[in-house]
Amino acid sequence: MKSFLDKSHKAFESRIRLGIMSMLAVNDTLDFNALKAYLEVTDGNLASHLKALEKEAFIGVKKSFVGNKPNTRYFITADGKKAFEAHLEALQELIRSQK
Amino acid sequence: MKKEQDYLQDISEMRSLMERSSKFLSLSGLAGVLAGIYALAGAYVAWQILVFDPLATYATVEGALIPAELESFVLLGVLVLVFAVGSAGILSQKNSHKRKEKLWNPVTRRFLMHLLLPLVSGGILVLILIRQGSIGLVLPLTLIFYGLALFSAGKFTFGEITSLGAIQVALGLLAAWNPTVGLLCWAIGFGLAHIVYGIFMHYRYER
Repeated sequence: MKSFLDKSHKAFESRIRLGIMSMLAVNDTLDFNALKAYLEVTDGNLASHLKALEKEAFIGVKKSFVGNKPNTRYFITADGKKAFEAHLEALQELIRSQK
Repeated sequence: MKKEQDYLQDISEMRSLMERSSKFLSLSGLAGVLAGIYALAGAYVAWQILVFDPLATYATVEGALIPAELESFVLLGVLVLVFAVGSAGILSQKNSHKRKEKLWNPVTRRFLMHLLLPLVSGGILVLILIRQGSIGLVLPLTLIFYGLALFSAGKFTFGEITSLGAIQVALGLLAAWNPTVGLLCWAIGFGLAHIVYGIFMHYRYER
């Protein structure tokens, strides 16, 4: 149990953050609306989780315009991918150890 | 402190998000079965009623005259295509509605892009060949390009689609190698293979 907590990152305690990381791990980029649609959360809630992950440098942001509308796309960084994979591994280990 | 149950749920939720955000999962097995039935019906009409002659058709590659029934065959092919695409569209719409998702999303667009590039280029090539009167390889070419389209789009939907694409390509090459079995290969590829895959996927994913 102890080793799991060491490896597991504090940033991944929220289910929504795990969801964001999961989706960005398998997509090149996703925009705010796509993330929102899959996670079924409010704008403000999603924005604060994204900000937290951005602060850890686990995800990056690309801002651009589609026509006149601003479009914000998110992607996973190399650090983020590494941390996410470590977290998955730790989860697996935990479940294996409890069987 | 989270319990084991929570972690298991986390993992299953993550897996579902990964799949839903990267794959087009509204594809319906029933649409495959219907497409297969249309194709078999079309192949039957071509064979029994319009009396499709594979060797006369193949001879056009070497400059022989086009069989008189060409227009009926093209019309028949287009009809089969329209019915198959129509059913697939309607059933996918229904499926995505059931999953409470919009049918038209980035995943659908990506899936269609990878499907349509090989498919449309093959379609245009076939139309050019028909216009030039060289129709001998039209049946195998439709199989080959359709197979390539499925193969390329397979990454963005259920994994089975990739192998269905490979089967279509193999049947197309066989049909090109031996024109007398062209229509048979076409019936197996567009008819039988669709029905078998459709039933399999319906039971695997839609129940």
